[in-house]
Formats: sequence, structure tokens, C-alpha cells
Amino acid sequence: MNVSITVNDQLLTHDVEPRLLLVHFLRDYCGLTGTHVGCETSICGACTVQIGGKAVKSCTLFAVQADGESVLTVEGLAGEGTLHPMQQAFWDAHGLQCGYCTPGMMMTAVQLLADTPRPTREQIAHGLKGNLCRCTGYTKIIDAVERAAGAK
Amino acid sequence: MADTPREPYVGRAMKRVEDPRLLQGIATYVDDLRLTGTLHAAFVRSPYAHARITRISTAAAKAAPGVVGVFVASDVNQACGIVPCAADMPNLKNPQHRALADGRVYFVGHAVAVVIARDAYTARDAALLVDVDYEPLPVVTDPEAAIKPGSPLTHPDLGTNVAFEWSMSTGDDAELERLFKSADRVIRQRMVHQRLTPVAIEPRGCVASYHRGEQSLTLWTSTQIPHLVRTLLPGMIGVPENKIRIVTPEVGGGFGSKLNVYIEEALCSHLAMRLHAPVKWIETRRENMSATIHGRDQIGDYEVAVKNDGTLLAIKSRTIADIGSYPQLLTPAVPTLTGLMLTGCYKYKAMRMDVTGVYTNKMSTDAYRGAGRPEATYLIERMADIVANELRMDPIRFRQMNSPTSSDFPFATACGLSYDSGDYHAALAKARRLARWNELLDTRARARKDGKLFGVGVSTYVEICALGPSKAMSAGGWEWGCVRIEFSGKATVITGSTPHGQGQETSFAQIAADRLGLPIEDVVVLHGDTNVSHYGRDTYGSRATVLGGTAIVMCIDKILAKTRTLAAHLLEVKPGDLTFEGGRFSANGKSLGWEDLAPAAYVAKNIPPGFEPGLEASSFFEPENFTFPFGTHIAAVEIDRETGETRIVKYVAVDDCGPQINPLLVAGQVQGGIAHSIGQVLFERTVYDEQGQLITGELMDYPLPRAHDIPEYVLGSTVTPSPSNPMGIKGVGEAGTIGATPTIANAVMDALYPLGVRHLDLPLTPEKIWRAIHLGEDDRGGARIPEADRSAPRYTTADVGEGALEVGNV
Repeated sequence: MNVSITVNDQLLTHDVEPRLLLVHFLRDYCGLTGTHVGCETSICGACTVQIGGKAVKSCTLFAVQADGESVLTVEGLAGEGTLHPMQQAFWDAHGLQCGYCTPGMMMTAVQLLADTPRPTREQIAHGLKGNLCRCTGYTKIIDAVERAAGAK
Repeated sequence: MADTPREPYVGRAMKRVEDPRLLQGIATYVDDLRLTGTLHAAFVRSPYAHARITRISTAAAKAAPGVVGVFVASDVNQACGIVPCAADMPNLKNPQHRALADGRVYFVGHAVAVVIARDAYTARDAALLVDVDYEPLPVVTDPEAAIKPGSPLTHPDLGTNVAFEWSMSTGDDAELERLFKSADRVIRQRMVHQRLTPVAIEPRGCVASYHRGEQSLTLWTSTQIPHLVRTLLPGMIGVPENKIRIVTPEVGGGFGSKLNVYIEEALCSHLAMRLHAPVKWIETRRENMSATIHGRDQIGDYEVAVKNDGTLLAIKSRTIADIGSYPQLLTPAVPTLTGLMLTGCYKYKAMRMDVTGVYTNKMSTDAYRGAGRPEATYLIERMADIVANELRMDPIRFRQMNSPTSSDFPFATACGLSYDSGDYHAALAKARRLARWNELLDTRARARKDGKLFGVGVSTYVEICALGPSKAMSAGGWEWGCVRIEFSGKATVITGSTPHGQGQETSFAQIAADRLGLPIEDVVVLHGDTNVSHYGRDTYGSRATVLGGTAIVMCIDKILAKTRTLAAHLLEVKPGDLTFEGGRFSANGKSLGWEDLAPAAYVAKNIPPGFEPGLEASSFFEPENFTFPFGTHIAAVEIDRETGETRIVKYVAVDDCGPQINPLLVAGQVQGGIAHSIGQVLFERTVYDEQGQLITGELMDYPLPRAHDIPEYVLGSTVTPSPSNPMGIKGVGEAGTIGATPTIANAVMDALYPLGVRHLDLPLTPEKIWRAIHLGEDDRGGARIPEADRSAPRYTTADVGEGALEVGNV
């Protein structure tokens, strides 16, 4: 069936199977491979994107559920060749190691700051509990989000 | 090039050069590869732990639209060889571990068939259409029961569940027995090191492509060891090594789980050759939990001989290692690393360790972050507390009196190692100071007075890193590097140690830029493609920076020596008259930089006699010894009496990995490592039930630490250079995991001390702690701590060397 989704400000229409997951729509139909699959069960958050400004896990949404919606992926956070303040903060604070969880982590963090512009470290930690990282031990991710909040 | 000397890059907390592509979502992991005509693999895996396969029907799957083929053992095993085990274990009974289960399955997740289809969804659908009939067989899950007579057998054709028996000891055992006889006390404890699942957030995966014209295979694979795969894959699939190219794109975490050659890599390679198309396989998380290696899983009975004054004499360990159903690449070697580090930071006079490796119907164990050393440190540091408690001694004073002082190095251990350098007392003193130790004890006293369960825990640790000298490794322990000054004067650095998150594109650029006098922007670090990085022994065992970094230093030394002759020739001076500073060779007021010298070396019209054109050097660094990073960690915890939940309220880590190339990356490694320990101590355990069903088969059932489980850390360091390499560096990738597990466990046990609890095995889940508090359960066995002792302070606030030399940076 046809789905039309605005992905990073670009309207994309594809004929897809009803069971196609949103993450595979993004990766395989839109060529946006910055959104990663980590668990397929909504636990790890590597696949987090935003729909209408809300962070969602694209591995457990069908593409058809996003029909007519506006999806933001990591590739759309900033203009080409520039970094979003969250990306810059992750870079400055060493908030990533292998980088696999990072796009999803940042998409959650961006919504976190939209909802709570000046979060405490504890609020940041709780806000990120739906995103797993196995490399950093989270401390520098929390540093990064705190830094991004300060940069606003 | 700067005219004034700039601050060296080495030692600076620099952000990473590899990050922008990762942050923008434009990095390439293996699943991001898009090769034209790619076919997709999906596996049919056993739902049984042990069963006979009585029938496999592939007809329905083969008939499904989009399916290219369905393959079972008889189709592919002959062509895919045997999964290699590279550990030196002479008496290992090794069942032939082939690509697909042939007639029997030996663990849940054992691959039975592989479906190849035109897209991944179709492949997974068709895998469900493969109909397999199983006849369940008796299952072996308890390794202690497995070695008793009459036990069912994991591999009936081996006739035993014992995979290997291995022992090591200090000289002859007569001395050991004499020490045990002369001891005032022998203190015993059994400890269970639970099985863990590594869980890299990127699952495994690979893409194989065969070029029929060139008869060459390219395998993109999410691995820590592209070079070892290239060495070992030819023996499996028959393509010669010099026709195989292994590429590791971005690798999304490893932690030892990608330090292996897996069946899927051989199968995809073979099927790409057979089907004349690229074949891709991306692991699902369920597969990752069941068919990627697990870690730990040792059960140890430990005995410590000690004098009443606290002097440690000797230690014995009888260990059963549950290795699962097959030896993977290094499976039998992991418990031997526990043996090598059995005496930890202490001046034991003798040791003995006996290991029985046992086959069970589970996934294989292998190297998971720390690989045998976390087990050693956990047991030795838990024993330190248990022994100190029994002797009613201050656990810190007990540690100090039994550990070598800085003048004792190089320190010969009872395990036969020579610890390179160290100052354990300085690290301990610094950790105490950073923890505000006396205040912490006051806090504890107040909390206890208020009826709270509050505990402090200390662990010193030493680990064995930079694995290792080739004489101690089964496949060479050196590392390779290559440095080329390009025509433009910019540098290309190539390393055989492939990072997968550790940041060597940055740290190696720091090293090279300093030594070459180049701006760091002019240095590019390449890795992870065996057509570029020709040789290597890859990344594990906290080896990459020490060994790979030193190989690069050696290359640069060669280039500088060679370039000096060219500069002398061009400037018409003697080589010895030249100075080299800021990237320029100078003499008599004249100087030449790389932008002059590199083109001269490549154009080669005006070169000294005998000068070989070009500016490139490669080196193999062979270390003389391992390195032995060390440190002290301190934790304070509070336990909720009603729920049994533990909260870490303070965490101090002082680590000594020698001079730090990039303190930002060091802190990242330490913090990440501690998080693995928090998982091991408080949550994580890989569980198989009595039928061998994997209970923790998804992330829903395997609790990993999350952001809100992590305390705020106070990190410090001391700096004791290693004499074994020119930069004096030691490695830090596993330190957090090694130091933190006993620290947190000791803190929890201290919190429970007033209740009389002596020892609990990990993980210290709320349920486990609640049962200890309310039902009196205790893994120490025997009576609880006598009432009279429970109110003893255990730790003294007396000065224990707070004034020790302050070194390093906080």
C-alpha cells in the first residue's frame, strides 16, 4: 500500500507491505541508515526517531502508522555539514564510543530538552532510560545533554 | 607548520576525529552496506537444548516466492570446515564444531538450516516454513552434576562432559602444602561467577561477496579481529588467505563478543561463492542472546592460608568452568587468565589452581570484557574482605600489609608473572583521599544509627594487559603498524589494531602528529581493511593502544632516521648535525619540512646514494612482557531494607594505566567498564532452566544498566609508567570492569554486615538481598557473623598514608 511520510522535511511516497517497519522504511526505502536496529523489541532505543516532535521507537511501528506524519531522523537534525547543538555536545563531551546507540540517544535527548529545557542530571538520566548504551556507561552522555541544555 | 613549539597532543583531552560521521548518522556499519544483488540469510535455530533431528523438511520454504535456497548440514558442512579454537589447551576434547547442526542439536539457538532469499523479510518468513522434527534428549545444564558418574552427556560421542583439565601452581606443591599446614587459619569460600551476555548494541552481521574473475572473497563483518578471521577463514572455506579481504566497517561494540570466528561468517562466505551473489546476514537480538558467546560462568572453591597477624601465605582454587557446548576461539584460555592473576595485588608465597572445563548444553563461553581477570579480581578481593573479617582486621590495613611496595617492582608473583611496575599504596591512598574516607565512615556510622543499611567497599586490583608476548599467545601477540608520509607531506597511519569505539583514530593521530611534528589534521589513521592494514592481531585484552601505538612509534622512528639522511643530503650537512623539531630538520639556519622532504623522496631525482625512494615504514612490535595496570576503587551503597534494592551513593576510581594519551578517552573507558560491573553485581545473569531453555533470550529478560542506575563518579589516576614499551603505557579498556565488580560487592556486603550476612553470590538483586535480610539466606554457609562482631567498625579512620606522594591528575 502507498504511504506518504515527510522525512526530514522531504515528502516521500512508497508502495510498501503493510507489515513494513518504519525503521526499515527509513533505512531501505529512504536510504537513511543513521537509524539503527538494536533489539526489535523497543528495549534498546537505537532506532529512536521523532514523529511530530515526539521520540518514538521505529522498530515497533509500521511505516503505515506514520502515513501522513512528519518524521525526523538523525540525518535531519542539522543542515548538511553542520551539527545540531546536541550533536556538538555529544562530540565535545565524548558522549559516544562505538556510536551505534548515539543517533537514537540524541533523538530522545532532543525531545527531553524540548520538554524540560533545564533538566537536572537526574532528570536527564531518567529521561534516557529507554535508550541503552553499552560503551560509555552513560556518564558522558548525561554530560553531553547537560552541555546541550546550557548551549541553548 | 608552527614556528613556536605547541603543546603536545599526547596527554590532552581531545575530542575524537571519528565522531562527526557517527553523530550525523552517515557512518557505515555492516547493515548499512548496500551491494547490488545482495541475497539475505536467515537461520533456523534449535528450540531444544539437546535433541536428535529426525527430519527436516525444506520444501515449503524452498517453494516460497523470493527464496533462492535452503541449506542444511549435508549441503554445506563439508565446504565450511570446522570452527577454530585457537587456545593452547593440549588435552582439550574438541567436538567437531561445524557450520550447521548435523543430526543433533546441542544448545538452544544451534543453527540447523539457513534460508537465502532476495530480501530479509522473505528470508525470515521462509525460515518459519522449514519444518524440523526433534526428538528431545537428556540435557546437561549443571556443570557440577555433569562431571559426576552417570550424568547425561552433552556430546555422547566424547564419553565425558569434561572438556579439559588444567592446572598451574607455584613450583612444587610440597611448599604449598607446607604453607597450608603452617597457617594459623585456612579460610574457605565458594563463589559463583555468573554467566553473562555481552550485548553489544550492534548485533553481529556480515556481508560476503565473491569475485569470480579474481577468485577473491571480500567479507565485511562486524568483528574485533579482521586479521585473525583472515588467518583462520581459509582453513574453513578453502579460499587462500591472499585471496581473502576482510573489512570491518564501523563496529558497534564488541566487549569480546566479536572476538571470534563464527559459523555465520563461514556460511555467508561459502554461499556467496556458491550462489554468485553477495550474501548478507544480520543477527537478530534473540540470536545475539542465544548464539553469540557468553562470558564468565566459573564456580570456584577457594582456600586461603593466612597467619593470625594477617599475613597471606597461599591460595588454592578448584574451579569448574561451564564452557557450554563447543569451544569457540579462546574458550579454554579464559579460565587460564584467572589462574595467571589468581594472587592479585598480593604477596602470596604459593598458589595452585585446578580448572575443569565442562561441556553443557548451552552457548559457548569465551572472552567477555576482562576475560578471566574479573573473575580473579572478584574472588581475590572478596576473599580479602572475608579473611579480614574473620581476623577482625581493617580490610584496608590488611590489603596494605600484604601488597608489594613501589620498590618491590618488578614484582615476581606466585603465579610466575613479573608485574612490570606499580605503586599500589599510592593508588589506595589517593582513592581514600578522593573518597573523603573518614567522612564516609562518619556518614556510614550516622546512617547505621538511623537504622539504614549503608556500606562501604574497597577493592585494589591489578590486571594483565597488552596481550601479549607471542610466547604466551597461541597465534602471535605482536602488533603491526605502517606509517607513510604522502607526497603532500601529510601522514597516513595504518594500524593492525582495529578500534570498535575505543577511539584510536584519535589517540594514534595524537601519537603520530607529535612525533612527526605535524598538525593533527594532517594525520589520517586507517584500520580494519586487510587490503590496507595488511597484518594485525587486532583488538582485545586492552592491547590496541599499547601494542598498536608502539608499532606506530617504531615506524616513525624508522622514517625519521631515513628522512634525516635525505635532509642532510639536500642541506649538504652531516646527518648528525641536524636537529628535528616541529616537523623540520634544521642545521646552520636552514631547514626543511615534510612538504619539502616528502616530494623529494618520491620524485627521487636528488637523493643520497643508496636512498630508497618513498617515505614509508612498517613495523611489528613484539612486547617483552605484558603490562599490569592497577588501581583502587571505593564505593558506598545504601540498601533499602524493605525492597532489597541497592543504590550506589558514591563511587571513586583511581586507575593507573601509565601515561594517558587522551584522558577523555581513558575516562570513557573507565566509566563504561564500571557500568558493566554495575550490571554484573546488581542485575545481570544469563539464565538457562533445567531443560536448557534460555530464559534471558531477549533484552526484556536481561536487565542491562540504564542511565539512572549509574552513580556520579569521582575519577582519579596515578601514573606509573611501564618499562615494557617506549611510551610507558599500560592499557585501560577493561580496568573498570575488573576493579568495580568486587568494590561494589564488598560495599553491599559491608552494608549487610550488621545483619550478620557473610557472603552472597552475584548478582545482588533486590530479591537476593531481601532474602538475606528477611529470610537469613547466606552463600557463605555456616553461622552468621557473631552478634558481638556485628557492631565492630571494620574500618579504622587512622591515617594510612594519606600523605603519600601525589601523582597524576584527578
